[in-house]
Amino acid sequence: MKYSSRLRIRRVYAWRGRHSSFNRKLKIYDYHSLAISVEGLPRITIINIGQHILIESEDEDNPYVAKVVRLFGDESGKQKKATVQWFVRVSEVPPNKLKQLGREPHPQEIFFYQGRSCDDEVNAESILRPVQVKHVDGAAPFPDDGDRDALYVKLSWDSKNFQMVDSDLMDSAAAPPSSVPPPPPKPSLPPSPPCSPPAAALASQGPARRALPTPDPAVMRRVASGEVRYSRATASAGKPCHAAEAESLHSATKLSASKCLSARRRNTTARTPGVRKKLALCSPEKKSMSRDDVLDQLLDEDLESEVMLAQRLSSSPPHTLTLTHRLTPLRKPRMKPSTVIINRLQISEMDSPPSSIRVDDSTRELLDKSPQQGDVMEAGLPTGSVKTPRRRIATPRGKCASRGQKATTPSQKKETKILREPSLGSLAEVDHEDSPMLPVTTPRSSKRKSACLSSSRIRKQLNLEEQQDVDSDADDVDSDADDADEFLPSKKELQSSSEEEEEEEESVLDSEEVVVVRKRARPTSSKKTTTTRSSTRTPRKTPNKKITPGTPRTPRRATPSIPSRSLPARQPANVLEEARTRLHVSAVPESLPCREQEFQDIYSFVESKVMDGTGGCMYISGVPGTGKTATVHEVMRCLQHAADEDEIPPFQFIEINGMKMTDPHQAYVQILQKLTGQKATADHAAALLEKRFSNPAPRKESTVLLVDELDLLWTRKQNVMYNLFDWPTRRHARLVVLTIANTMDLPERIMINRVASRLGLTRMSFQPYSFKQLQQIITSRLNKVKAFEEDALQLVSRKVAALSGDARRCLDICRRATEICEHSAADRSATGLVAMSHVMEALNEMFSSAYINAIKCASVQEQLLLRAIIAEFRRLGLEEATFQQVFVQHQALCRVEGLQPISVSEGLAVCQRLGACRILLLEPSRLGVLQRVRLNVSQDDVVFALKAD
Amino acid sequence: MSKRKVKDDHMPVGECITQVQEVFRERFCCQKLPEQPEGVESQHKHLLELLKRTAVHGESNSVLIVGPRGAGKTMLLKCVLRDLLEEKEVEKNLLQVHLNGLLQTDDRIALKEITRQLNLENVVGDKVFGSFAETLGFLLEALKKGDRSSSRPVLFVLDEFDLFAHHKNQTLLYNLFDVSQSAQAPIAVVGVTCRLDVLELLEKRVKSRFSHRQIHLLSSLTFPQYAERVRTQLSLPDDFPDDKFAQDWNASVKNLCEDKSVEEVLQRHFNSSKDYRMMHMLLMLCLSRVSVAKPNIKPADVLEASKMCFTDAKANMLHGLSILELCLVIAMKHLNDVYEGEPFNLQMVHNEFKKFLHRKSSSMYNFEQPVIMKAFEHLQQLELIRPVDSSSAKTQREYQLMRLMLDHSQIMEALQKYPQCPTDVKQWAMSAFG
Repeated sequence: MKYSSRLRIRRVYAWRGRHSSFNRKLKIYDYHSLAISVEGLPRITIINIGQHILIESEDEDNPYVAKVVRLFGDESGKQKKATVQWFVRVSEVPPNKLKQLGREPHPQEIFFYQGRSCDDEVNAESILRPVQVKHVDGAAPFPDDGDRDALYVKLSWDSKNFQMVDSDLMDSAAAPPSSVPPPPPKPSLPPSPPCSPPAAALASQGPARRALPTPDPAVMRRVASGEVRYSRATASAGKPCHAAEAESLHSATKLSASKCLSARRRNTTARTPGVRKKLALCSPEKKSMSRDDVLDQLLDEDLESEVMLAQRLSSSPPHTLTLTHRLTPLRKPRMKPSTVIINRLQISEMDSPPSSIRVDDSTRELLDKSPQQGDVMEAGLPTGSVKTPRRRIATPRGKCASRGQKATTPSQKKETKILREPSLGSLAEVDHEDSPMLPVTTPRSSKRKSACLSSSRIRKQLNLEEQQDVDSDADDVDSDADDADEFLPSKKELQSSSEEEEEEEESVLDSEEVVVVRKRARPTSSKKTTTTRSSTRTPRKTPNKKITPGTPRTPRRATPSIPSRSLPARQPANVLEEARTRLHVSAVPESLPCREQEFQDIYSFVESKVMDGTGGCMYISGVPGTGKTATVHEVMRCLQHAADEDEIPPFQFIEINGMKMTDPHQAYVQILQKLTGQKATADHAAALLEKRFSNPAPRKESTVLLVDELDLLWTRKQNVMYNLFDWPTRRHARLVVLTIANTMDLPERIMINRVASRLGLTRMSFQPYSFKQLQQIITSRLNKVKAFEEDALQLVSRKVAALSGDARRCLDICRRATEICEHSAADRSATGLVAMSHVMEALNEMFSSAYINAIKCASVQEQLLLRAIIAEFRRLGLEEATFQQVFVQHQALCRVEGLQPISVSEGLAVCQRLGACRILLLEPSRLGVLQRVRLNVSQDDVVFALKAD
Repeated sequence: MSKRKVKDDHMPVGECITQVQEVFRERFCCQKLPEQPEGVESQHKHLLELLKRTAVHGESNSVLIVGPRGAGKTMLLKCVLRDLLEEKEVEKNLLQVHLNGLLQTDDRIALKEITRQLNLENVVGDKVFGSFAETLGFLLEALKKGDRSSSRPVLFVLDEFDLFAHHKNQTLLYNLFDVSQSAQAPIAVVGVTCRLDVLELLEKRVKSRFSHRQIHLLSSLTFPQYAERVRTQLSLPDDFPDDKFAQDWNASVKNLCEDKSVEEVLQRHFNSSKDYRMMHMLLMLCLSRVSVAKPNIKPADVLEASKMCFTDAKANMLHGLSILELCLVIAMKHLNDVYEGEPFNLQMVHNEFKKFLHRKSSSMYNFEQPVIMKAFEHLQQLELIRPVDSSSAKTQREYQLMRLMLDHSQIMEALQKYPQCPTDVKQWAMSAFG
């Protein structure tokens, strides 16, 4: 079932440095940078927070552009996530909206995305590489420096219209779309915390640096599992807490100890030339490498094992990571205290800038402590091994709470607040618990300064929100100033371009606030996708972005279109024409009568799946013309409308039809194309879809897939059907599959067990319309256009109901009847309404067999041959004879009729003519006189037709 | 003066004959459309209105024109199209796609052809780019984008419609009918077929989407109409350059049609079939006998032409056989008589032939077995005899069972005309028992 995707570069993703904070409740670790190494290549790319990146998209030529806001992962280290601020490429903007631009978009232009329909959480492993994004002033022309990789931002796009984007909005891309202005990009405005002593401020450097040495989230997980207090402390990251402030002194000492370690570690790495060489390749790596080294140093110290060191040194960076991974359990005891401190420090530093809103927040949080908090605290108390499962129990509860909250209170803020509470409680507890552990101190080393320098540089580069402590330490200030010049020249340019200083300051403050809020809010959504959506869902009002890729993205080829007509189509002139238009099958009725129950069933099925963000399959059967596809489309229209009204989360509806593809495997291609606008071969498309539906992907929303004419997707191995029904069962797929076919027992008849089982038992059968329903359909379509006599309608519906119950047939007959009526009305001035006689005529035209007429109109010899055939059949007592036998009879008949006997060739020609009309069934004509002849009409009909002459 | 005028009016006979041949060649071979289709007025009106509604109102329709071969289906359609395109509004808008089931033998070719004829944007020059699936997707997308009021209506003419029903899954038909039943670009699908049971060929989903409109063309032509038609077909038009010649010609044609023998011939043709093409064939043969020396059609020409039309193909082939082969055929005929159509093999035929040699033959003598074998094989190659079962490899050639594919009448007829046929062979053929 797996399709081998085509060979591509494999990237290895690893966290750089240690996590900066940990949310215990969600078991999420925050990081500052991510290292991407390409397998087989020595180069390592570092992604830092604040950097612009390219993210894998379905269109490989145009990857998504975004700015990293946050990097985090779970404890297992398997899931690496990133929160991003999206940018939109020109090709992602619907072409009709592009017109609003009023100019030709620059090919390298991107737009700052302010829409709310995109999930800003992506899988970190979808990050491709960093990219250069420059802000261009609204009036300024695009720089023509030939830099093909750079992208330019001029405007923002909120999926409705374009707006000028100012440079600090750009800088503070971290701003979540939740109304709070962005944070300060720079330390230029140091709101010196009045409460924090210099030591604390110094220590506050810790988080940035401390976060660095975590090479692998797996390590962290191990640590966490053994470490109760540690994890709880990290979970409380970003929590304003008085206790944290009080602790800052202790933490400072602890921090210095770790710094010392890291510094020493750096010395050791300096001795390894292989690593150094790699570091020299690009400047950001230097830092991250050193971070790695810091960790290694720590490890070494813990283990005091020369062997390990040697192993590590001899191996390439990825290897190092795995090794450390192995080492981690041993390391636990020492790691614990230091990380705790870091987190607390971070908290204190967060707290420091005097922001009224946040204070407000924090106090409120302190005030409304929910009972849950207590639970969590208890859970947090015992040692790790016992702890882990219990924490897990706690998490869903939080989730439930959040869902419940969402249902009742519309305010998103409150919701996040409540979610935050447990961590707050745990934080307080941790602080108390930690204090006795403090004795783990190391003397301040002389290398502290260098360590600080490196950390601060990184911090600068990451454009993190911990800038306010800069001024507290003289060393740091110096280094910061240097770094700012060194690393952020582009930013300065940007700033100078647009805004005044005060505004900038304001925005800086605000954005910081945003960051804090985000930091708290984030944990609620990071791991559980459902909650994520719940939080992002409410503000969504814009038509979701997912749909835009559906529109032709790259005008790679010609646009499919029929030329438009030079003269407009004429509108119906009289009642009959009007009726005919309304009765045309293509006319979309306002509502679908007689299918209310089915509509309701399908609607609630799809709605519930979309609401829950789960997947499912449904099988719909019914004979042709019973409104299956129409009903599903109607449901989708209603749901789409509901989604627009924000009643349900937005979803994407795509449709494939087994009859509209050349091969069952084309289904993949079509789904992929409709989903993403991407073109691929069937195998590749299958692989891409497989990936898409099995991985948690960025910008995910529910997909509703309608598979019409399912039976044509049958293949011998049934892998197409299998996949279609298997995807909805995947956890991240969010796929609802509606399948339509004609036969009720299709699953039992053609599907093998595993396919039928996945299809499930959600079935629905559309019964053929009864005559009353057909009548209602016509009446509702006519919608008070009086064109039919009541009896005529009843005759049509009864006739069709008796034959097939096919609504299409019914409408076609009515349409034909109006034509007949129109013709006859020209002769004699009738009522102008379609009467019984007209309907009868139409029915006769459509349902009567033409055979009898054809025989009546046949030539003399043809009729004679038919008589000969019947005579021969009677003689033989069989329904079959060779032409030779029949021809003997024919000759005899000719003599009886006084006609000149015909030659064999002529006889054969006559026979062939009847065969071409299918009055006779013949064997291939090369058999000549030996070919066997059968009648395709009953003998009685032939006799009747011949007698009537 | 008068002489000159006469010269102006009357072209030399040779010139006139050339003109006449031109006129009739156009009429009979190039299927020139008549001014007004005869006998199918109501069908003409129905189809014209239907197509007009598509072209003018943008209403999608589908229709089948059903009738036996030579009934004038294509003629009707062409007439309708000619009349339809006379309207300026239609002419500017209507796009036409003509497909033939004999040319577009599968959906891949048909789709390419449609795309090419519509001249969609994936056509460059005469080439259609993209795979089968892409072409289908492209076309469907194009049709889907259109709507009733704004896009140009497309007329799809599917000649030999029944052959399209044999395509895999009937994808093309499904999609065309589906478009015609949904709010997409307005299209009219006109199928032309001679099969009366064509609807039974359609898959149920395809059938449901077809509008079930059928226009039956069943000519209820009577003999007087037929004769009249022959006359009009042979008459020269009024705008013939030489009036005098035209008048003479038309008068002679009138006389010809009233001739008893000619009438008989025409009656025989009419009895055989009402197919217009057959009639044209006969008239064409007549016309080919017109020359400068004989500037009109004589009844004898018609008789000759008729004879040519009705000659038996197999009997003609018998004329080319050698005496030995003919003898073998006669032997087979006797075997058929004796064994009532049971199959025979070479040995039996050879024995029969030897019996004849023993008893009566004076002119013939025995041939070696290989010679007989060779003659037998030749007959088989001419398909005058065919093996009962196709698996010929298993049995020895001499014992392979064969059947004669000739009727007795054909053999007798051939013998009558066979040049210098030995009388004893003739007698042997006519004798009741070998």
